[in-house]
Amino acid sequence: MSAAEPNYLTADFRLRSWFITTDHKRVALLFFATITLFFFLGGAAATLIRLELLTPRGDLVTSDVYNRLFTMHGVIMVWFFLIPSIPTTFGNFMVPLMIGARDLAFPRLNLTSWYLFLIGGAVTLYALFIGGVDTGWTFYTPFSTMYSNGHVVLAVIGVFITGFSSILTGLNFIVTIHRLRAPGLTWYRLPIFLWSLYATSVILVLATPVLAITLLLVAIERLAGVGIFDPKLGGDPLLFQHLFWFYSHPAVYIMILPGMGVVTELVTCFSRKTLFGYKFVAWASMAIAAVGFFVWGHHMFVSGQSVFAGLVFSFMSFVVAVPSAIKVFNWTATLHKGWVHFDAPMLYALGFIGLFTIGGLTGLFLASLAFDVWVTDTYFVIAHFHYIMVGGMVTAYFGGLHYWWPKITGRLYPEYWARAAAILIFFGFNMTFFPQFILGILGMPRRYHAYDPALQVWNVLSSAGASVLAIAYALPLFYLGWSLFWGRKAGPNPWRATGLEWQTSSPPPKHNFIETPVVRRGPYEYTPDPVPQNA
Amino acid sequence: MPEAQPAFPYATLPQQHEAAQLGMWTFLATEILFFGGLVLAYFVYHYGYPQDFDAAARHTKIVLGTTNTAILLTSSFLVAWAVTAGKTGFGRGAAVLLAAAAGLGLIFLALKGLEYSEEYRERLVPALNFSFDAAHARGAQLFFVFYFVATGLHAIHVAVGIAILLAIANRARQQRYSADYHAPLTVAGLYWHFVDAVWVVLYALIYLPGRSGA
Repeated sequence: MSAAEPNYLTADFRLRSWFITTDHKRVALLFFATITLFFFLGGAAATLIRLELLTPRGDLVTSDVYNRLFTMHGVIMVWFFLIPSIPTTFGNFMVPLMIGARDLAFPRLNLTSWYLFLIGGAVTLYALFIGGVDTGWTFYTPFSTMYSNGHVVLAVIGVFITGFSSILTGLNFIVTIHRLRAPGLTWYRLPIFLWSLYATSVILVLATPVLAITLLLVAIERLAGVGIFDPKLGGDPLLFQHLFWFYSHPAVYIMILPGMGVVTELVTCFSRKTLFGYKFVAWASMAIAAVGFFVWGHHMFVSGQSVFAGLVFSFMSFVVAVPSAIKVFNWTATLHKGWVHFDAPMLYALGFIGLFTIGGLTGLFLASLAFDVWVTDTYFVIAHFHYIMVGGMVTAYFGGLHYWWPKITGRLYPEYWARAAAILIFFGFNMTFFPQFILGILGMPRRYHAYDPALQVWNVLSSAGASVLAIAYALPLFYLGWSLFWGRKAGPNPWRATGLEWQTSSPPPKHNFIETPVVRRGPYEYTPDPVPQNA
Repeated sequence: MPEAQPAFPYATLPQQHEAAQLGMWTFLATEILFFGGLVLAYFVYHYGYPQDFDAAARHTKIVLGTTNTAILLTSSFLVAWAVTAGKTGFGRGAAVLLAAAAGLGLIFLALKGLEYSEEYRERLVPALNFSFDAAHARGAQLFFVFYFVATGLHAIHVAVGIAILLAIANRARQQRYSADYHAPLTVAGLYWHFVDAVWVVLYALIYLPGRSGA
């Protein structure tokens, strides 16, 4: 970095310049700080849950407090960490860099998105701390509207506001990827990370508004006491579930698709090989986004929906597994005969592939009608979706964090600490959640703070794993923080990667590129020697 | 008049224009799903309580509703005219047309308020004073919940639209738009047409059931 050309961090040192910034890189860091806070808040709730479940008797907290704890954990982790996680941080930072643009299409809208997120988060946190909500993150009616004694309306309003943050981010990505690609950057030359963010954005834009109207109706029913979903007043609680899952199942793909995109970048870069079956991986994201809109009923197999609906939703849920499997096979084929480097980002990527596969396969168990009846509302379901969201998504998030850290900060992180954390996360995660599959099969129901003493050994194992996991997740705070001040200077391209984001200095200058790059080739030309996209 | 320059981060004016258009279309897709959830709820309950819905719909004010439909369609025509005028550089004309359209929007809101007050007097407002003949009360209340939520959300959209039209009218008056640069004008027009189209759907759902045939 020469003194003449300040980077985006040194362009303006005043604190005020951060709060009025429209630079996508700074907005990404604002989001990063905010969601990191939420991650540790949600994690604290999870820690208390696992502490309570250490013993079969409900002795640490009352059942009422326990309800509020798991609701807090779910609401924070779903809407204030997982949904925004990769899109608002690495997405915001990398989309313009990867397509050779100076910023997102609507820079001011991007900052608006952060403020909406902050306001929504503050409102929901306020609701959670002045007494909490006991409905679970799903706000099922009529409990949430007629019987719950928690602050449902306030929590719902916070989520509603945050939804518009999601929508604006998705809209910005769609327009940016369509209209701001550098000369020569055709769709089939886009890095897969952008395809998966594009697919994610389509879901953000089309599914989130349905959640918004549903939550609005819940708030109206609760405030006005009129029947919308309450069967006593002529309403239909199943309608709520349909509307809610029409958003919330695609929301699972909002969480996992960006992770798949990150892992694709990592697998090619660290096996020094072209991606196997580029077009299949690209279109698999789109297929997941499209089919993912038609599987929501598998959350309602035991709700009383018709058997025919159950069959159709079961079949569609099997269909959506096909593109997911295509991705796993293509990553594996990319590794095959690659020159695999086990740097920390790659350890996370490999961990992702394994954990996501377990999560995906157990998803097929749950998509089977008969088996689902057996394990509905048990720890099997909990284990399954934590394998996807924590084992999958959070692992990919940490992989991306390490991969792009040198680009974002200009510093290298300490490699051995990072590898240790990656391995610790993998083992801690499995130790926490694999016993929960067994607990589910044995019939332990979710959302109870007391359980049959015969199940204690698996619960103790799970809680022990959770403490390992908690330490492993806290580690990066320290060594990444350390590297900000004492890490080695990274240089523009420490991984010898081919994407456009690596062809500018680290940290990038305020407007990303001194000169708009011209793209001449696909994203993953690693063999025999890596060739940048603009060379 | 100085030559218009593309705003950051665009390279050319056409690129900026296309981005604005695509952005608004994407936003409208969001809006369709937003109102779509509500309309789905309407159809589910219409299916569940067909007679109640017909009975309830017969209490809606079809004269006011039809007048309002005509008013919004006229305003949309004026906006389309204004966009054409603005593109050809006739800024003052565009400003007058947009202001007229915004005025029609205000009249729409006033009539809507009148309608609400009549419904309040007839004890048709759920949660406040709802009373309906007992045979149809269950479904009728659901109908009127839908009616107030849907028209209320629509009215908010109209109010936002009026503010946008007036802001754009002011810029058109200052000759900010030309054949090269008119993205805000066309995008504002798109939004207004959408608000209009939503109303046409709501009109059919609210005022027409139970009024045809026997």
